[in-house]
Amino acid sequence: MDTLELARWQFGITTVYHFFFVPLTLGLSILVALMETAYVRTGNEVYKKMAKYWGKLFLINFAMGVATGIVQEFQFGMNWSEYSRFVGDIFGAPLAVEALLAFFIESTFLGLWIFGWDKLSKKLHLTTIWLVALGSNLSALWIIIANAWMQHPVGYVLRNGRAEMQDFFALLTNPQLPYEISHVFFGGVVTAAFFVLGISAWQLLRQKEFADFFQRSFRWGAVTALLGSVLVMLVGHGQGQWLERSNPMKLAAAEANWKTKDRCEFLIAAGIDEKNQKNTWSLPVGSLLSILAYNSPSGVVKGMTDLQAEYTQKYGPGDYIPPVTATFWSFRLMVASGLAMLALALLALWRSRNLIAPRWLLGLLVAGLALPYIGNSTGWMLAELGRQPWLVFGLMKTSAGVSLATTAGEVLFTVIGFTALYGALMVVDVWLLRKYAAQGPVEAAD
Amino acid sequence: MDLNTLWFILVTVLFCGFFVLEGFDYGVGMLVPLLGRDDRERRVIINSIGPVWDGNEVWLLTAGGAIFAAFPHWYATLFSGFYLALFLVLVGLIVRAVGLEFRSKHTSPAWRSAWDWLICVGSLLPALIFGVAVGNLLLGVPIDAKMTYVGGFWNLLNPFALIVGVTFVLLFLLHGALFLGLRTEGALQKRATSTALGLWLPTVIAAVALLVVAFFQTPLFAGGLAGWLLAGAAAVALVASGLLARARPGLAFTLTALTIILVTVATFRALFPNVMISTLDVKHSLTIYNASSSPYTLKVMTIVALTLVPVVLAYQGWTYWIFRKRLTTTSKLEY
Ligand code: HDD
Ligand code: HEM
Ligand code: HEM
Repeated sequence: MDTLELARWQFGITTVYHFFFVPLTLGLSILVALMETAYVRTGNEVYKKMAKYWGKLFLINFAMGVATGIVQEFQFGMNWSEYSRFVGDIFGAPLAVEALLAFFIESTFLGLWIFGWDKLSKKLHLTTIWLVALGSNLSALWIIIANAWMQHPVGYVLRNGRAEMQDFFALLTNPQLPYEISHVFFGGVVTAAFFVLGISAWQLLRQKEFADFFQRSFRWGAVTALLGSVLVMLVGHGQGQWLERSNPMKLAAAEANWKTKDRCEFLIAAGIDEKNQKNTWSLPVGSLLSILAYNSPSGVVKGMTDLQAEYTQKYGPGDYIPPVTATFWSFRLMVASGLAMLALALLALWRSRNLIAPRWLLGLLVAGLALPYIGNSTGWMLAELGRQPWLVFGLMKTSAGVSLATTAGEVLFTVIGFTALYGALMVVDVWLLRKYAAQGPVEAAD
Repeated sequence: MDLNTLWFILVTVLFCGFFVLEGFDYGVGMLVPLLGRDDRERRVIINSIGPVWDGNEVWLLTAGGAIFAAFPHWYATLFSGFYLALFLVLVGLIVRAVGLEFRSKHTSPAWRSAWDWLICVGSLLPALIFGVAVGNLLLGVPIDAKMTYVGGFWNLLNPFALIVGVTFVLLFLLHGALFLGLRTEGALQKRATSTALGLWLPTVIAAVALLVVAFFQTPLFAGGLAGWLLAGAAAVALVASGLLARARPGLAFTLTALTIILVTVATFRALFPNVMISTLDVKHSLTIYNASSSPYTLKVMTIVALTLVPVVLAYQGWTYWIFRKRLTTTSKLEY
């Protein structure tokens, strides 16, 4: 493998890994803040226990988010130096703002929250966790501003071979942004919901102790799960429609749609032959893709072969078709995870109105813990792989962004190093989470 | 003053904040297994930085982000050039961050002692490597016409850079030991103070070696009086901190902080207006002009930074005020 390929693997591995922890931080910070709010409002100790129990699990996850985030901050320079030169003007700015505006809030007030239970007044202590939630979600906003610009560049001019910022405000009003940030945000909400649901279900299955506590948590989780899964899918739908206008090639790849068509069908599954640019078999649902893209059965959806011809004219010779198989199946998995979560959320609410949910459902909900992780990871693969060969859509190809100073051997060394370290840490993290989840809402002794 | 110069100063300020704050964090981290005799003592040591270390680390992230935004070529050349060195920094920072949070979450002595040592090494690595990096920035590194570093990894491990690395480690240890002396009580406080006194002489010796070699090999003293004043003041502050460590511990800590600031300022002053000096051809050096963003970006970022940095300083300062009370092994400890 050459430096480029290795750098891509490195970025994919480290970013997907970072994003294993991020969505839970985004959503659970809000749930814990709500729990503590309920405690401060009602004075009911159960809510304090909830905030502390789920807060402990939040912290274990947060530590991993921080540790893996530092790598993200550095690796644009390390592996993608030519990219950094090209876009530093625009891309560096949100990253710097993210640190100044979000990371400082998040980390400082989290320290106060952890160590401040006895030092701050109730209200002030509550304020700190809300600031953590705010800081985390602001950090998501600013990094997504950067990412939205790569998906859909705005507010720049090309000068001296670089993309220079011309209008900061345009970055903030990028039409890509509202979809992307809310989709990611609700992805975080469902992740936290299924985390709380899954662990509560697990506890209700294995013991009677704390049944009250976990039933209450269960209900919080179930309500959040319904809200989150409906909203993430609604926003996703809007995002798909926007995609048909902003980057039709990505949507075409996500649908394995080679030819431009009116009343285009949606493929539930397909055998994809990328070399000959056709599908060997497929399971179509008539007109559904046109409906998804335009909310109406008649609507022309562009296909990859036509787009390839169009792009060749516009950008010069080259292969503009993304890795279709991976993009197609990522999309299927993401949507399937969303549908499954919606179904589970409805079941959980319906079957547990007054009593504890039946055991089969509890079992399903434990397994359901995996769903948001699948949805989030495949969602990013869709977004990032579907953008290929572009690194910045229409402006810079991925192959042009890689560092010149690094050798393939060096990058291979660090890919292996990070992967081994991350693998080991994942084992430790899951083990610790399980241990603390199992312990139940007791004050941990040292 | 133009915006490029202003941003050079801002980056310097961010690095001052980073080295002063993470300086004692790294020092304390290295001291965890060395100073703490039993589990509770080690926990007290960790808790002395517990509420603040992550906020302190964000100074590094902000410095990195600021370089990226204001001087993208500097960010690109530096980070891709010092590739393996930065990989080691990252490994250190990862195990350190995870260790600080996970260490007390399980009671087995083997688990805790393993994390204590990982925290120690994870603090040592960045301290050492940032020193080595500063040394190389002062010496200059081979950069070609495409602004690409062409020196490889081993080239970074030259004698002068290693002296700077060792000095950074010792200085941060001293700074951390003084910090611990201020934050703890009883036996632990005594041990921290005597450790600081023991570290002082080696630190002074390393610093003198650094200054001597720097005089012959680097621009640290070049360009008039300012270089001499900064380096001299740093040396005086360092020497005085040891002399005052017992009688006036608060002042001694302030003095090591001052030493760190003066060293940082001296380094950046020596580079100015370069940000990376090329040893192949001075024409290939990166400067605050040829490495910078467009004037528009600099303007936007200036507004952002000048509004936000004071706010950050205010609430971080408030955190230190909340946690100003000394920690003892008998006080209730948060884990
Ligand atoms: C949508 C959200 C999101 C996305 C796409 C990313 N991150 Fe992240 N990041 C967060 C949301 C987040 C967070 C929620 O704020 C984290 C995760 C858990 C945590 O502790 O904070 C975090 C932590 C975190 C940290 C540690 C902050 C600290 O020390 O407190 C850094 C340096 C980064 N991230 C940098 C990045 C970069 C450079 C990314 C681009 C590839 C990136 N993150 C993707
Ligand atoms: C602001 C946030 C992000 C930025 C700026 C960003 C930028 C990039 C860059 C520079 C690459 C390298 C080009 C390449 O390898 O093809 C890339 C690839 C990739 N990114 Fe992102 N990314 C971001 C967020 C994410 C997140 C959160 C994930 C997933 C969790 C993700 C998943 C991927 C994957 C899987 C690749 C590999 C694609 C490939 O190898 O072709 N990205 N992205
Ligand atoms: C019916 C359900 C869904 C639809 C129609 C949908 C649609 C989309 C689309 C079109 C994209 C690509 C956007 C782009 O690249 O411009 C995307 C990305 C993404 N999806 Fe989904 N999605 C759905 C469900 C989910 C679920 C359940 C999750 C996670 C729990 C999720 C997480 C993500 C993430 C993290 C990304 C990448 C970030 C982004 O581009 O916003 N999605 N989704």
